[in-house]
Amino acid sequence: MKIGDKILAYKRSDGSVGVRNYVLILPLDDLSNSAAVAVSKIINGTIVLPHPYGRLQFGKDLDLHFRTLIGTGSNANIAAVIVIGIEPNWTQKVVEGISKTGKPVEGFYIEKSGDLKTIEKASRKALEFVEYATNLKREEVPVTDIIISTKCGESDTTSGLGSNKLVGRFIERFVEMGGTALFGETTELTGGEHIVASRFVDEKQRKKFMDMFNEYQELVEKEGVNLLGSQPTQGNIAGGLSTIEEKALGNIQKIGNAKVKSALDFAEKPSGKGLHFMNTSSAAAEAVTLFAAGGAVLHLFPTGQGNIVGNPVIPVIKISANPKTVASMSEHIDVDASPIIRVEKTLDEVAEVLWEKVYKVANGQMTRAEILRHEEFVLTKLYRSA
Amino acid sequence: MGYKFLVHHENDLVGVAVEDLKPSEKAKGKFLDTNKEIEVKILEDVPLGHKIALKDIRSGETIFEYGEKTGVATKDIKQGEHVHVHNIKSLRWGGISK
Repeated sequence: MKIGDKILAYKRSDGSVGVRNYVLILPLDDLSNSAAVAVSKIINGTIVLPHPYGRLQFGKDLDLHFRTLIGTGSNANIAAVIVIGIEPNWTQKVVEGISKTGKPVEGFYIEKSGDLKTIEKASRKALEFVEYATNLKREEVPVTDIIISTKCGESDTTSGLGSNKLVGRFIERFVEMGGTALFGETTELTGGEHIVASRFVDEKQRKKFMDMFNEYQELVEKEGVNLLGSQPTQGNIAGGLSTIEEKALGNIQKIGNAKVKSALDFAEKPSGKGLHFMNTSSAAAEAVTLFAAGGAVLHLFPTGQGNIVGNPVIPVIKISANPKTVASMSEHIDVDASPIIRVEKTLDEVAEVLWEKVYKVANGQMTRAEILRHEEFVLTKLYRSA
Repeated sequence: MGYKFLVHHENDLVGVAVEDLKPSEKAKGKFLDTNKEIEVKILEDVPLGHKIALKDIRSGETIFEYGEKTGVATKDIKQGEHVHVHNIKSLRWGGISK
């Protein structure tokens, strides 16, 4: 396969392109998990995303809850959505948000009828949606029609030398070809933020990025702590990373020399092609969940010591350049980047292996995280509920 | 070929072991930006992924890696010694003001 080849993917009515084709059963709140999980057990071909939130949230935190759920339902890997909530108003809000994509979506609420009747009604609708979805066909589209996100985890020094650099080489090319890519991890840029800032083309967007970065630093300081002991993580330190600056400089290898077009809020959709920064936590599952809500349909995840995260909505490709991790955790690693640090292969040679993997996964091949059922869906919560 | 450690930038004070290194071995390394080679006598066990000092570093000296500031030495470090949290700390979150 060559760069520039087309992929076979799902074209959605809003113009977005997906590489998976799920019917999603989406609970609005913690109380609705039980019914949503029941529907997914009855109806084959569905996925369900139970989560612990959605009650008594307010302000920005509530906005983010809605934006994440609506974004997840709107993701191009999802063909149709059933929303289940405890009461009608918020349920309807999520249904209306997702319906803007033009995809089939229907909401059900539990109050006044109970779990059992709701499960029956929702299951009948889900059955229709699965028939609809499984009748859709993959079509040929340029690979650059998809949105790819990247975030690393359990990094070590082999990440900055190998796997992150490899992803950086990929992202440079993908963006240059006209693709859209997302990166984030706000606190993990500490010590390298000046380099990221220098990549912004637009002054307003650069300022927006620095405001997001400084806000996170202030949050950490306000708690009266520094992140020593937490950043770098214990796994990072075991892998040889000594300071947050060293970790950050390794981290930003993932964007190569690419320019950054905009700074997005948590779970915000990018407004055009190119590379975009998204304000995210650096915790793997939270960040991947936010990228998916922002429209990413495939994720590149370099790891040093062996983070095993996956996501229920988007395939996560795991890349490691640490030969010990590649050997001891082989079932988790999709791309072996260790020839880079052994200086046996050039970055470009291994980049071709990564491109090939991206094509295969976009065309439907399951990633190891998918095969091992790593389905971590974790909502970001900004503060306490009322 | 046969490199035991790699160095990101020619101004860096540390290199990253790409194999487990043993004391008294003479290890060959490579600068990734200039492709120049360098040899360092290893003074202690340094596991794969951990750093070695490329020259003698004084306590209080700023550590450079990737050509950027990545920390400060908290002790004197000899060329060939293991460089990690026991002898360097962050300039940002290490309790030392910038």
